[in-house]
Amino acid sequence: MKLAGWGQYPIIDATVVAPRSLEAVIKRIQLGNAIPRGNGRAYGDSAISLSNTIDMKHFNKLLAFDADTGQLVAESGVLLADVIDTFLPKGWFPSVTPGTKFVTIGGMVAADVHGKNHHKHGSFGRFIDWLDVITADGDVKRCSREQDSELFDWTIGGMGLTGIVLKVAFRLAPVSTAWIKQKTIPAKNIEHAMAIFESMEQATYSVAWIDCLSKGNDLGRSLIMTGEHAETTDLSEAAQKTPLRAPNKKKITVPFNFPSFILNGFTVKVFNALYYWIGKQRSKPSLVTWDHYFYPLDGILGWNKIYGRRGFAQFQCVIPLDQAGKGINALLQAISQASTGSFLAVLKRFGDQNSRFSFPMKGYTLALDFPITAPNLKLMSQLDNITIQYGGRFYLAKDSRMTASTFKQSEPRLAQFKAFQLQRDPNKAFSSEQAIRLDL
Amino acid sequence: MKKGSVLILGARSDIGMAIAHRFAQAGYDIQLAARQASSLDDARSDLQVRNSVMVTLHEFDALNSQSHEAFVTALPALPLIVVCTVGFMGVQKENAGNMASASLVMRSNFEGPASILGILANHFEHRGSGTLVGVSSVAGERGRASNYVYGAAKAGYTAFLSGLRNRLSRHNINVVTVLPGFVDTKMTAGMQLPKLLTAQPAHVADAIFVAVTQGKNTIYIKSIWRLIMAVIRIIPETLFKRMTL
Repeated sequence: MKLAGWGQYPIIDATVVAPRSLEAVIKRIQLGNAIPRGNGRAYGDSAISLSNTIDMKHFNKLLAFDADTGQLVAESGVLLADVIDTFLPKGWFPSVTPGTKFVTIGGMVAADVHGKNHHKHGSFGRFIDWLDVITADGDVKRCSREQDSELFDWTIGGMGLTGIVLKVAFRLAPVSTAWIKQKTIPAKNIEHAMAIFESMEQATYSVAWIDCLSKGNDLGRSLIMTGEHAETTDLSEAAQKTPLRAPNKKKITVPFNFPSFILNGFTVKVFNALYYWIGKQRSKPSLVTWDHYFYPLDGILGWNKIYGRRGFAQFQCVIPLDQAGKGINALLQAISQASTGSFLAVLKRFGDQNSRFSFPMKGYTLALDFPITAPNLKLMSQLDNITIQYGGRFYLAKDSRMTASTFKQSEPRLAQFKAFQLQRDPNKAFSSEQAIRLDL
Repeated sequence: MKKGSVLILGARSDIGMAIAHRFAQAGYDIQLAARQASSLDDARSDLQVRNSVMVTLHEFDALNSQSHEAFVTALPALPLIVVCTVGFMGVQKENAGNMASASLVMRSNFEGPASILGILANHFEHRGSGTLVGVSSVAGERGRASNYVYGAAKAGYTAFLSGLRNRLSRHNINVVTVLPGFVDTKMTAGMQLPKLLTAQPAHVADAIFVAVTQGKNTIYIKSIWRLIMAVIRIIPETLFKRMTL
């Protein structure tokens, strides 16, 4: 069947099976070139294998919860949205969440996802206690920091290429309410924005939205949004009665692909100006629901279709802290000069990260969406080069178009990753279209 | 705030599991009954972790009617609601040519479910309350060449449920007959099903939950099926026998 990631590009006619038992998964692995697939939220071809995509949707059970430690044991096909629905009413929230709740726990492991609290709490991997992984030999191996730590470390951020994650034991964080205290701070340019980030290390959540069409002294004009979990006393009297239940907002569905002219530079300019203006009005602290704060785009189901049939790509890189000022500046200049616009441009400070193959590193990450057009693809290669020039690297969960040579230049850890794979999986039981494209 | 329990017969099926989740969500304790019940341990954990209700597993073989009375007696509590999703379609070609295959289909869809629901009905009558839900099929509405063995068994089952309802209505016990059309399950995996006419197991579960709470008698899962079956029933036999359906 025709498969694509969230970016609807590339679209690949691949063989997909959705096994219901462990035995059936192992049988598929034995055919080789297997890749597990969760809810298809990686942007490109990370979770697609032409001959052997394994849809893990039937592995969707919550197996155990320990209310003393917050440890949840879940099968890999469980949706994060399900975890929140089940545990937020009991006073627990994911310790780390990406920008959508429609990801599976298995996908969160494979991409070692990060959230708006990375600078403070690190990535998802830090909250994993152990994993059960089906490896190339068809065994289910329990691994953790103590037990087969090699498999554990390479699997977190390993994009499904070390084996298929079957079960995950990870920690939820206690919360008192379903609300976030949000503060919005305008920054006049990129230097200003980064200075604000550096001064706001104590904020639990922080992220900046950048008007990437601003030029000259305004380059990187942005809104920085911080957030803290609200306490019961922060809430209105009415909300205090059920602090862990926030009102549901209506979901809007994008029913079909928008024609791509909708997203020309003019539209984006208007959108950006408006958003910036709204942000300035709301610079006082405000209370917003968890759904609104963490998943604003989930409210528009199928928003990926507004980019039209050609699909879109996301560019996301991280630049190490000592190079970040120059590096992010150079990236923004290239984007601003190209004037191709970008629906979403997000800047975030990352904290320390020690992991084998995960994306984050201490520094700044920049993420932007581009409709797939020839000029945009060219611009993205240019951004690749700038990233490499400043010692940065790329987020594989977002990638759909990088070349193997770009990836190799950006990733000094690649040789070690391949050595581990060669040792554990010499016959390529696991592979994806992305792995083939990137020679990973 | 205990709501009592719901017994799911044939709990391993996709529809059975969806129903278990729907009722657990509403706060009912759940009794899962199936063959090799112990292999439903993960499913039990899932229901418990999600809904904080009590879930128990019970070994149950619909075809072994000798065991049914003992099965009911051994339950931790007589359930408030019973949903029977036991069924087996088989392959019509084999059913038509081989009596052993046909017999298995008839017993799985009629004899077994009727036996266990009959016994539960007696217990409910004695108690004077409860709801029995039988998942039959639109295939039982009229015999067709493509699946008449399955259809005949379901027809018998539908008639049984209707009689049971008639018998028990004066005892404050409701019997719900569920007539699903196509449902996207393990049983129909690999079949080419028209999307508009095909329901998800969760829809079936929602519809059954509503039917139980509102005391309905016979429900179709997608309302279009009521219309389709009405048409299929009124086609004159002289014409019907020459049709390919």
